Amino acid sequence: MNYQFEFGWLVEYYPQIVKGIAITIQLIAVGAVAGIALGTVCAWVRALGPAWAKPVVAAYVELIRNTPFLIQLFFIFFGLPSLGLKLSELQAANIAMVVNLGAYSSEIIRAGIQATPKGQFEAGASLAMTPFETFRHVVLIPSLERIWPALSSQVVIVMLGSAVVSQIAAEDLTFAANFIQSRTFRAFEAYMVSTAVYLLLAILLRQVLGTVGWLIFPRRAAR
Amino acid sequence: MIEFTIWDILRNLLLATRWTILLSLVSFVGGGLVGLVLLFLRISKRKWLRALAKYYIELFQGTPLLMQLFIAFFGLGLFGIDVPAWLAAGLALILWSAAFLGEIWRGCVEAIAKGQWEASASLAMGRLQQMRYVILPQAMRIAVPPTVGFSVQVIKGTALTSIIGFVELSKAGTVVTNATFQPFTVYGLVALIYFALCWPLSKSSQILERKLNVAHRNH
Amino acid sequence: MSLIAITEVRKSFGPNEVLKGINLDVEPGEVIAIIGKSGSGKSTLLRCINGLETISDGSISVAGAQLLDDEAHLKALRLKVGMIFQQFNLFPHLTVGGNVMLSQMVVKKTAKPEAEDMARKMLERVGLSQKFDAYPDQLSGGQQQRVAIARALAMQPIALLCDEITSALDPELVAEVLAVVRELAAEGMTLLMVTHEMKFARDVCSRVVFMHQGRVHEMGRPEEVFATPQTPELKQFLGVH
Repeated sequence: MNYQFEFGWLVEYYPQIVKGIAITIQLIAVGAVAGIALGTVCAWVRALGPAWAKPVVAAYVELIRNTPFLIQLFFIFFGLPSLGLKLSELQAANIAMVVNLGAYSSEIIRAGIQATPKGQFEAGASLAMTPFETFRHVVLIPSLERIWPALSSQVVIVMLGSAVVSQIAAEDLTFAANFIQSRTFRAFEAYMVSTAVYLLLAILLRQVLGTVGWLIFPRRAAR
Repeated sequence: MIEFTIWDILRNLLLATRWTILLSLVSFVGGGLVGLVLLFLRISKRKWLRALAKYYIELFQGTPLLMQLFIAFFGLGLFGIDVPAWLAAGLALILWSAAFLGEIWRGCVEAIAKGQWEASASLAMGRLQQMRYVILPQAMRIAVPPTVGFSVQVIKGTALTSIIGFVELSKAGTVVTNATFQPFTVYGLVALIYFALCWPLSKSSQILERKLNVAHRNH
Repeated sequence: MSLIAITEVRKSFGPNEVLKGINLDVEPGEVIAIIGKSGSGKSTLLRCINGLETISDGSISVAGAQLLDDEAHLKALRLKVGMIFQQFNLFPHLTVGGNVMLSQMVVKKTAKPEAEDMARKMLERVGLSQKFDAYPDQLSGGQQQRVAIARALAMQPIALLCDEITSALDPELVAEVLAVVRELAAEGMTLLMVTHEMKFARDVCSRVVFMHQGRVHEMGRPEEVFATPQTPELKQFLGVH
């Protein structure tokens, strides 16, 4: 192999990379917060919600979990405009992230709710709380705490999956890498650099999620 | 302009689905073999082998599959090989699947009680014999549901190979969309075909898991 | 020469030294009870003897086989000493017969018919020949433990290590396991057992070793040790005042 590695382009193109990183972070921030919120609502519906809503949520969850994120993204960005719903690249990417993580996290959170000892619901009821109040004040936080590691892993997986939003020209980190390689013809180096950045982002994201868990679960903080 | 019926669209998509299935099978089987090697490294007695497998797994689980595809595609090109998309796609998916399967299986091996290792050791078995006759037969039982579950991730993962130009179901979706200008219908159908491939696997993984839990409770 | 020679054995877990220089020689046919509080190091000592724990210092040899931390030496040693565990540790995916045959076949390369003969004979010995095709989870705890004994015996060891083998059993199942051990003792098998069954130790053992804080604190024939304990620690352990 007589290939000469060349990273000089970094000097000229690093603003693109920084911008791409910012967009990737924005995508996962919105995706994580709104996705987990959506997932919590869906988990509540499937575990304790009204009977009519359960199959609707189940269909949503199964449909998302059994199709590729790329196709979900294409459907939202290219397909929905024919129904009159025109979205920008970034809007479509954000929606796809939330919808995707919402489905996965609902399954994870539901497992956490199902692992709640029955006595917790009974104790709540015996204190005259409504089922929803019991869920909100007694069941939810310990359930989330139980599955926080699994949920964190899923958030990281979705962040890494966000690389495909470059395919609808949302200007994330992968888009930056594609742009740079098309200008410099340094494909291998461009992708090496962005892969390393993704790896760092994944490690960082895990740390952040660990800290968030430490902050929102009081028992853990007291330990 | 030519009119495309739903049937025309579906037929084209289904023809391309063959390649999705083939690539999934190759990736899953190849990934399984490499994953088995990783598993043995991961639980080896030698520290550096364990570390090697650990870093491999963290690297492949900590970076986007899309990047791995790009690097395989452009990286192999550096060796002066003219890389066809199917080769880069197969290689990247095998290495990626191996990382996940190796880690899933390690969890299963570690779930086997320590007493099983000790009892077989006290009967003078060597490490490979312990694995072969005592640990793996038990670990394999509990590994089935998550392994079947992961096959769904592999099928969905193959969609990304469309981006480096491998013509499978997703790529066919894009091509057909460009010809028909019916993205809603085409991507809807593409999604349904993926669903038809993945859902039975997801469901059987769940059912197997439930059966295993029931069996465990009876012990 | 002693059958089992334990010389100045030390074992640490991190900064915590659990064995602080153990010396113990076991003659062929001896039945030794190791007693002591939990945390006194008695189980650790037993586990060191067949290499489940690596020792930090000192030496252990069994009938000339030296304990060294490589697979060939460990195998040679383990072929000479069998071990029975508190939790039975039967292989759940194999039948009772399969449990007893497995390591004869894979370690000793015994042909299947001979391994099966041996398995049936050993199961007969522990009174479970009718359970050959049963799976472990179909047996009571006492039966499982007897299978574990048969499994160890099938390797024809010259000594058996028993690590609290009745502690996980319901009280009504203890007797059937001890009866088997008693018989083995009568047949001249060398036995080292960590046990809480004081009556059994008194009746069956030729020597009692009292361990305290990682050392052999007192040792002697059972009638001496139980009737006239010398040290305050042993007196306290036995509840004699």
